[in-house]
Amino acid sequence: MAEEHKLMLIIRKAPHGSIYVHEAIEVMFIMATFDMKLSIVFLDDGVFALKPGQDTSELGIKGFSASLGALAFWDVTDVYVDEQSLKDRNICTDEVISYGEDEDTDEKLFPTPLSTDELKKMMQDQDSVLSF
Amino acid sequence: MKLTILVLEGPYNHQSPDSAYQFIQSALKKGHEITGVFFYNDGVNNLTSLMEPPQDDRHIAKRWEELGAQNIDLVVCIAAGKRRGLNDDILIPNARISGLGQLASMIQKSDRIVTFGD
Repeated sequence: MAEEHKLMLIIRKAPHGSIYVHEAIEVMFIMATFDMKLSIVFLDDGVFALKPGQDTSELGIKGFSASLGALAFWDVTDVYVDEQSLKDRNICTDEVISYGEDEDTDEKLFPTPLSTDELKKMMQDQDSVLSF
Repeated sequence: MKLTILVLEGPYNHQSPDSAYQFIQSALKKGHEITGVFFYNDGVNNLTSLMEPPQDDRHIAKRWEELGAQNIDLVVCIAAGKRRGLNDDILIPNARISGLGQLASMIQKSDRIVTFGD
C-alpha cells in the first residue's frame, strides 16, 4: 500500500478581520476525516488565532476558538506554532490556547513551538502544503 | 505531473483567478495533467453565470466554462458557495458544486497542489 499522504495546512493570516482563518478551520476538519497524515501550523499573523480569551460576540461574528479547542477530539494532534512568529508579536509560547485533551491522560494539549529550521525541514517532508 | 489547482479569490477584484487560468493553460501546454480546480473562499464567485463584464474586458466565468468543456474538473465548495449565494441555478455549465472532501481526494491524487490566493 502506498504511504499515507502527508498534508500540511498552514494558517498565516490574522483572525476575524477576514474569513480566511475561519474557512481554513473548516478545511482542517474535513481533511482530518480523510486518510492522510495531517499537520497544522500557525505561522506569521496566523499565531494570533491562538491567543486565549478571544470574544467575537461584539463583532457579531461566530468566532472559532471553540472549534480550535476541539482539534484533538478529531484526532488532529500534530499541531505546531512558529516560535519566531510568536516572538515577533510578543506572544509567549505558553500564552496560547489548548487544542484539546490527550485521549488517555486527559492532559491539555498545546501547539508545539518550532524553530524556523525545524519548520523548513517539516515542510520539505510533505507531499502537499495548503496555505491560508 | 498531476496538479490540483486551488483558487481562493474572487474575479476582477484580484489577480488570483487570472493567474490560475494562465497557469493552467501553460501547464496543459507543457503536458501536465490537471486533476481538478477547486474554488474556495471568495473564489467561488468565479463560476456564476450572472457575471456580465464590459465587452472589452475578459469574461472570467466564460473562460472557466471553456476550460470545463475541455474536461477539466471544476469544483466549487458547497459551504463556501452557499455563504456567498451560489447554487446550481446560477452555476456556469461544465462545473459542479461539491464538498471539501473533493479537495481532499484531488490532493491525494495529485503530485502538487498550487494555490492562487492573496
